[in-house]
Amino acid sequence: MSQIKIVNLQKSFGDFTAVKNSNLTINDKEFFVLLGPSGCGKTTTLRMIAGLELPTSGEIYLGDEEVGMLRASERDIAFVFQLFALYPHMNVRNNLSFPLKMQGYKKSDIKNRVEEAAKLLRIDHILNSNISSLSGGDRQRVALGRALVRRPKAFLMDEPLGTLDAEFRELMCLELKKLHLDIGATTVYVTHDQLEAMSLADRIAVMDGGEILQADEPNIIYNKPKTKFVASFIGSPGMNFFEVNEGISKDQSFVNIEGVKFDIPKQLEESKGSKNFFGIRPENLTLNNNEGLKGSVFGVEYLGSRKIITVKTSLGEIKVKTDISVNTKLNENVQVKPINNNIIIFDGETDKSLNSEFIK
Amino acid sequence: MDTSRSYLEPSSFSKKMAAAIIIVYAVITLIPISWMVMTSFKNVDSAISYPPEVLFEPSLEGYVNLFTNRSRQSQEYLDSLPPPENWYEELVRSREMVITGPSKFLGRYSNSMIIGFGSTFASVFLGALAAYAFSRFRVPLKDDLLFFILSTRMFPPIAVAVPIFIMYRKLGLGDTHLGMIILYTVVNLSLAVWLLKGFMDEIPKEYEEAAMIDGYSRLQAFFKVVLPQAMTGIAATAIFCMIFSWNEYAFAVLLTQFNAQTAPPFIPTIIGEGGLDWPAIGAGTTLFLLPVMIFTIILRKHLLRGITFGAVRK
Repeated sequence: MSQIKIVNLQKSFGDFTAVKNSNLTINDKEFFVLLGPSGCGKTTTLRMIAGLELPTSGEIYLGDEEVGMLRASERDIAFVFQLFALYPHMNVRNNLSFPLKMQGYKKSDIKNRVEEAAKLLRIDHILNSNISSLSGGDRQRVALGRALVRRPKAFLMDEPLGTLDAEFRELMCLELKKLHLDIGATTVYVTHDQLEAMSLADRIAVMDGGEILQADEPNIIYNKPKTKFVASFIGSPGMNFFEVNEGISKDQSFVNIEGVKFDIPKQLEESKGSKNFFGIRPENLTLNNNEGLKGSVFGVEYLGSRKIITVKTSLGEIKVKTDISVNTKLNENVQVKPINNNIIIFDGETDKSLNSEFIK
Repeated sequence: MDTSRSYLEPSSFSKKMAAAIIIVYAVITLIPISWMVMTSFKNVDSAISYPPEVLFEPSLEGYVNLFTNRSRQSQEYLDSLPPPENWYEELVRSREMVITGPSKFLGRYSNSMIIGFGSTFASVFLGALAAYAFSRFRVPLKDDLLFFILSTRMFPPIAVAVPIFIMYRKLGLGDTHLGMIILYTVVNLSLAVWLLKGFMDEIPKEYEEAAMIDGYSRLQAFFKVVLPQAMTGIAATAIFCMIFSWNEYAFAVLLTQFNAQTAPPFIPTIIGEGGLDWPAIGAGTTLFLLPVMIFTIILRKHLLRGITFGAVRK
């Protein structure tokens, strides 16, 4: 098991830069998730760590060794592919033995290790089955098993749950988490699904446009996003933004939006320009009839115990996550106001959050 | 109206029509072949009798004549010989002849085997490597190279017979097994590259990436993971290559005479007394048909899937 460190990593395909000057340290035994929309460079980053792509520039350390230009076969890492890539011409046992055969283990050792891994993943009863006869979940387990038998320095997983149906994905999510706790291996996991990321990760790195925007624990990513993109990408629905047409100065503790005064956490930093954004999560807003921004109810989505009400205001659509007991009718006139001071001001020029009492 | 079947399923009438067409086609194509097989079991007289005999007394004379050289002898000489030792000697003597030795057929037949399988193996092996490279690597001028490779098949190979004849004489490759293997491989390779590239493109590159992560080099991954999955394509390609090099006649006539002559130029030269020995030719052709037939039957399962060119996975 090892720490993984990437330094100034860059990857270009012709004119297109897939990964821009990225720096990241993934701690030993950590479950680390690379999260972002498709095309953000997360898979390319993972493939560079694996050795399936060579970096244009920069370094990758696996433990103390710089492996950036080494072949995949020389890196001692395991990779779980989105489509599993189980060898269809071999049965389950041979799939699991395949990496061990290359390393020259004795037949009896291979047998023991394969059976040990199979037991851990509860696939010992299908060891002699053909790959084509397996269900999606079993294929997933075999793919994990093939990674596991090697006892590699790190596990890399590229959206391994992407092809499973929703019910099964939740189950495998739990199993993955438990497996990670059992074997404590450094794991890098790529996904575009924020729920998966939130439930699995020790830390998450959010990527967009080839850049790592923020790498933190899930609750920090959610509550204290460092950029506007992170705030809007994480959360379902994402954060609401209102334009603030004034510069923010140090120690400021309120802003005026559309003639309504809103309290904000005491600012520790001033903004660069005179156009900024006021960001608030839908669950920190509430509806009432006498104060806040005026608007009308545009849509209601039921989520079981909560509901999301979309309010059309002069600032655009605002999502409010409220208790199921709140009754509204379509087109009803309402007012929206914050229920707490969990508010982040984003600098209009840099899209970065400004430091305040709430977010330091 | 019958609603028990789906709209997509053909009606029983069109199924019957299809079956009828296939049967007619099969009969038309099988008549010459069955006539050839029948001829091989006739004797010299019934083979050329008119009207043709459909029902006849089977004889192995054609096969005996195919494998032996014989000479005609006087009745006195035949009487002076000890009684025949086996059935084929007896058969030959009834025609007032004696066996003087084995014919060249077996040698020509094994030449065909060596050259046919040798060039098939070489075409498929080299074709698979080239197809893999074209499928996976960024090869400079890839499209132009692929077009160039295909363009070697845009004229009949025999069009370059004269330059090849001269080249082979200079290089000492004329009438050698190696020369014929090289020649047939060159002709087949473009087909093999194109066919196999299609199959390689269908194999997700994750498989060999997984193998490389598992500690194998790219070449090892190619042999252990890619090739087994390309079996369908390899079987289909091998059959096409085998059929070509097994049947090839023109170059074989031109470039081989003694040492490396294959069966196709040899069989028509089997001459009996006072004309062509049709039963022997029929026997040679029947035996000549067998290897390709057996080869195709062995690979048939792969071929049927392969012919669809991976249009449907799994």
